[in-house]
Amino acid sequence: MKIFVCIKQVPDTGDIKWTENNTMVREGVESITNPCDVYAIETGVKLGMATAVTMGPPQAENMLRNAIAAGCKNAVLLSDKKFAAADTLATARTLAAGLKKLGHCDLVVCGQYATDGDTAQTGPNLANFLDLPQVTYVKEVLNVENGYITVKRELDRGTETVRAKLPALICVLEGDFEPKRPLINDTIRAQNGQVIVRNADDLGLSEHEIGIKGSPTYVNRSFRMTTSHEARMVETIDELAEAINEAKRGERDE
Amino acid sequence: MRLNGGSAMNSMQTSGNGVLVIAEEFMLAELACAANGIANTEPVCAMVFGEPKLVTGFDKVFVVEKLTEYNTDLYTAAALDLIKEIQPSIVLIGATNQGRDLAPRIASALNTGLTADCTDLTLSKHGLLEATRPTFGGQLMAVIICKTKPQMATVRPGVFKPAESDKLPEIIYRDAPYVHPRVELLDFSEQPRKVNELETAEIIVTGGAGIGADGFRLLEEFAAALGAKVGATRGAVHTGLASAAQQIGQTGLTVSPKLYIACGVSGSVQHIVGMCGSKKIVAINIDPDAPIFQNCDVGYVGDIFEVIPQLMEKFCI
Repeated sequence: MKIFVCIKQVPDTGDIKWTENNTMVREGVESITNPCDVYAIETGVKLGMATAVTMGPPQAENMLRNAIAAGCKNAVLLSDKKFAAADTLATARTLAAGLKKLGHCDLVVCGQYATDGDTAQTGPNLANFLDLPQVTYVKEVLNVENGYITVKRELDRGTETVRAKLPALICVLEGDFEPKRPLINDTIRAQNGQVIVRNADDLGLSEHEIGIKGSPTYVNRSFRMTTSHEARMVETIDELAEAINEAKRGERDE
Repeated sequence: MRLNGGSAMNSMQTSGNGVLVIAEEFMLAELACAANGIANTEPVCAMVFGEPKLVTGFDKVFVVEKLTEYNTDLYTAAALDLIKEIQPSIVLIGATNQGRDLAPRIASALNTGLTADCTDLTLSKHGLLEATRPTFGGQLMAVIICKTKPQMATVRPGVFKPAESDKLPEIIYRDAPYVHPRVELLDFSEQPRKVNELETAEIIVTGGAGIGADGFRLLEEFAAALGAKVGATRGAVHTGLASAAQQIGQTGLTVSPKLYIACGVSGSVQHIVGMCGSKKIVAINIDPDAPIFQNCDVGYVGDIFEVIPQLMEKFCI
């Protein structure tokens, strides 16, 4: 089975700190593979010959090498200054063009959502541009046979088992298991593996379809939620114990 | 998303054909409220699937009776058919599992923008929808404008109060265009979500990955002394110190006890969003620069292995 796995590099949200002006402190913030996408890679590698694809800056190459170490056979980086500041629609359009250049596939695997934006839109957008059936909220792939993929979906009100005709696109949630750690040999192989880089011209995309110009949405302004917690530091155990005791006696907000 | 765009606003007209709501029954009343708030004098319509629902607050309710069971392909085709006919200027969809599956499919088919999971909707002075949504796990709110029509947004459940209205809708039955569904539902098992004891706990003591197994043993004792339950960060769960059911944060539980004691928790954004609704947050951490100290009520810099035994002595007296 030929599989494309679409992944995204995100800032490690565990590390984010904010400045007084509501901008992110970028220094020292590490980039990681989006957590759901780690499971997308695992799913793709388990089912067949997986190619990892991302749209991102040149540094995203590192993430793609990790995807190769995790078992992907190939990696493609869609990178161009013109892709910058794309919203989900322009991103999906770019990914769709990138995947079409790679030829036929049986399955596209995406993560359900990314931890930075959490829109969960790029997967379904991409499925539309590729005219593929989509299955979102996939918790587990049950089987692939006779041209169909059967999966378990985890929804708020319960669990669905659905069957989709291949080729299809699935969006996977984080699994309940720790993803496999690559062996040292895999990491060495990944360092020597080839990451194919494609720009807007390679994909035959015009400026009006991609990046900032191809994005119908834009952020007009942003603001931080103010927390109602007073952030008072205490110096002694007695004060700390008193604060705990006081809170214990208090009522719970409904 | 891009910052400070807005040069190419010429494609946008302020007058339009009202607001269309596409939602499951339980969200219709709240979306009626959201839609009426941004409709000016234009019509507010709803699209429902299956049995017609009697909901007030809409001018028209379009009913596609024969599509009772959700299917991405079928619902998308039916929605596109209606949108092309009535040309709404704004489309609102409930941000449920179903809505988040459907909305991006519709938006991309229309080549228009979609703002996900909104918590507030307003109209700009030019009559454009300004959709507010949380990003970075709720730490930053972004106000997003879509410059193509229809402007689309999914709306988080429970944000808008169900509308009280005397407006009775005209019910219009519609056929759905035939498309061949490519995904088939084989089985559904309903699981009323299990209530986790942390969600109802009055006091929660949470540990981070850095405190190790000894730290979690200490937290168990501390929790027993306080009558509390023990929670954990994502890091602690992923390193095997605690179970997945104990995870509090963006990808775990959202809790709001009267007292939350964070022990050796650095206070990542993804953790904070799961516990910032707690009435009182007490943080103990050895690192004076830990972000948790900006998100607590009372903070104490110290080693939990020294602090907690001293606290327990005080509570045992």
